[in-house]
Amino acid sequence: MSALDGLRVVELGAFAAGPAVGKHLADHGAEVIRIESRARPDGFRSNYPPYLDGLPGTERAGMFAMTNNDKLGVTLDLKSEAGLALARRLIDRADVVVENFTPGTMTRLGLGYDTLRAGNPRLVMLSTCNQGQTGPNAQRAGFGTHLTAQSGFLHLTGWPDRSPSLLWGPYIDYIAVAYGFVAVMAALDERSRTGAGTHIDLSQYETGLQFAAPALVEYSATGQVAERDGNRHPELAPHGVYSCSGEDRWVALSVHDELEWERFRRALGDPPWSLRPELGSARGRKLEEAEVDAGIAEWTSARTREEAVRILREAGVHVAPVNDMADIHSDPDLAAHAVFRALRHAVMGEYLAVGPPFLLSETPAHLERPAFQLGEHNREVFQGLLGLSESEFQACEAAGAFD
Amino acid sequence: MLELGGELGWLCGKILADLGADVIKIEPPGGDEGRGGTAFVAHNVGKRSIVLDLDSEVDRARLRQLALRADFLVETFTPGHLDRLGLGWADLHAANPRLVMTSITAYGQHSPHAQAPASDLEIMAAGGALSLAGDPDRPPVRVTLPQAAAWTGAYAAMGTLVAHHHRQATGRGQQVDVSAQAAMLPILVQAPMFWSLLGQVPVRSGPNLVGRNLAGARLRNIWPCRDGYVSFALYSGHAGRQSNQALADWIAARGMLPAELEGFDWDAFDPVTAPREDVERIQAAVEPFLASLAKDEFLAGCRERRLLGYPVATAADIAADAQLADRQVWQLVGGVSHPSGWARFDSRVGRIARPAPALGEHQAEVLGELGAVLA
Repeated sequence: MSALDGLRVVELGAFAAGPAVGKHLADHGAEVIRIESRARPDGFRSNYPPYLDGLPGTERAGMFAMTNNDKLGVTLDLKSEAGLALARRLIDRADVVVENFTPGTMTRLGLGYDTLRAGNPRLVMLSTCNQGQTGPNAQRAGFGTHLTAQSGFLHLTGWPDRSPSLLWGPYIDYIAVAYGFVAVMAALDERSRTGAGTHIDLSQYETGLQFAAPALVEYSATGQVAERDGNRHPELAPHGVYSCSGEDRWVALSVHDELEWERFRRALGDPPWSLRPELGSARGRKLEEAEVDAGIAEWTSARTREEAVRILREAGVHVAPVNDMADIHSDPDLAAHAVFRALRHAVMGEYLAVGPPFLLSETPAHLERPAFQLGEHNREVFQGLLGLSESEFQACEAAGAFD
Repeated sequence: MLELGGELGWLCGKILADLGADVIKIEPPGGDEGRGGTAFVAHNVGKRSIVLDLDSEVDRARLRQLALRADFLVETFTPGHLDRLGLGWADLHAANPRLVMTSITAYGQHSPHAQAPASDLEIMAAGGALSLAGDPDRPPVRVTLPQAAAWTGAYAAMGTLVAHHHRQATGRGQQVDVSAQAAMLPILVQAPMFWSLLGQVPVRSGPNLVGRNLAGARLRNIWPCRDGYVSFALYSGHAGRQSNQALADWIAARGMLPAELEGFDWDAFDPVTAPREDVERIQAAVEPFLASLAKDEFLAGCRERRLLGYPVATAADIAADAQLADRQVWQLVGGVSHPSGWARFDSRVGRIARPAPALGEHQAEVLGELGAVLA
């Protein structure tokens, strides 16, 4: 038994913010049907490396594969009467619709919430988009990096004496995924009491602000604008990333109290620079941070990352390797948490999907089916689930429903 | 919901409080270790607070009583700690089979390094997120404003509500084992697949995007402007082509378009497949143009010309954003502006119910409620 058995979800949209919500629902057993356009398939299939063997192709895209395991994929031309009718039939039998089009699109397609609710008063619809369904900037186009910049995160990343650094990928989208998912679950909970569905208006920008809230609250309280400062901490020292032997090998470490400082110093072999009494307090170490960092770097650069981590872990000091994308695949803690799940795809072969960071004791996520190919489940869904006969299916096909 | 422990649990508790749950922080006599900073205030609004000393048998009994009546319990103790106190999952589940217990730790309940201390920096490092940001000639960087606890708390809330949904159907609770390190994976997006599909390791690249252009060109994303920085990049797809063209037209209107780019076929240009020289030539023209504009000017131009561009906003920029004012995002709580209402349910906007609690502020109230139940 899965946690979300029996939950029926219809997904419209593309890229991450909507489909990753659907992915988490599918991971836990919901039936998730994606409606895709054959004429304009999901942009993740065509605009984002990596591709199998580095060659682009609709069924070769890693980004799409990661976001769409365990779903059913159909193609519908929503601009055709027959296609729209089928979409409505799918939604009439669904519990949840997830869409991440620009505001107004669903209504223009004839799939606005008021229309859908008339056929299905219990429907929970999540509309997730850049800046929300309303407001002066609701129609402003932007991709994940833009909203990450707008939400304040880029300003806060990098070194104080230089341009901010980019964060990898659409950082903000995945914050919105968590809040969108939570909102859907909350709406379903409310429905269990009231019997009624609801329309959820989620702004990726606004959810991003929840993660930036400490800086926003600080500004409101003091007028101070938070600034980037590399890996430094306002009070603690040492607190940073230090180079180890080898190419691009780093450890991250931090010392949080005076007893930890003692253990840290001892683990380093009590180097003379560390014995000065002024360094016995965080404040003192903060004042001499550059010297402390230099002393530590001398120690770490004479060791491998693994050795440095081992020694400091034995001493009970906050430390971790700066893992790269190869390292995480052999990391024993991520393995113990069943993070990477192998799936077999008809074109891509075996690929690694990613399970959720949470493992439920009785009904953990099961990742079993690879991302769907374009229109792969047209028959399974329209005949198998909706009950179209062969002649009805062919009539729809002739009418351009699946184009 | 009962919330025990530290910052890894804060946002899980706040999210449930935002949704209307009664979230009670149970703090040790010295208070939550994170008290005293703005992060504590930002992520602990909406909650009540009592003090229980889990070294005392009386207080452990109180916690057990509270847990018997709770729907949710979130805790961030090192694995094994609550078990040794007779308050672990096995104990609480036996006493309250409906309880959903969310156990949040740096590496998960059963990992080899479950006992290793890790703060924001180490979690970002272990989870791979730290490796992907920063300038190539300096160490990799985290976001200076700590993010690991936020990701962990938000994804913990997801798992908590999945377990809740299951409980609605079956009457049975579950333990939700959350690994903060694993909660860093969403930040990586498709970066792990560069390795698993192609054997490539993405590296930090400062203000540039790598891995998008197939010929290895770096697509610049952050550009200095007259009074700060802006986010702009060359994009693919319909919207991207429009935007690329619009920028070129604007540069030309200012008389700053180099001769070699006149008559450039923007409709055919795709930054994913374009050769390096094309990308570099275009970006060389973009740089001085953007440097000549103020943030406001740039934004106005993006609006008028339908260009994909945004400011690299500061807290001050965000506080002044008309979109957020229109959406009534700001709520004054305890005299300070908080972003609230992160989702509207049929236009209902959730509001923060109370300021971040003082330590033990609700002791009498909560224990009084408990007493009333037990009487």
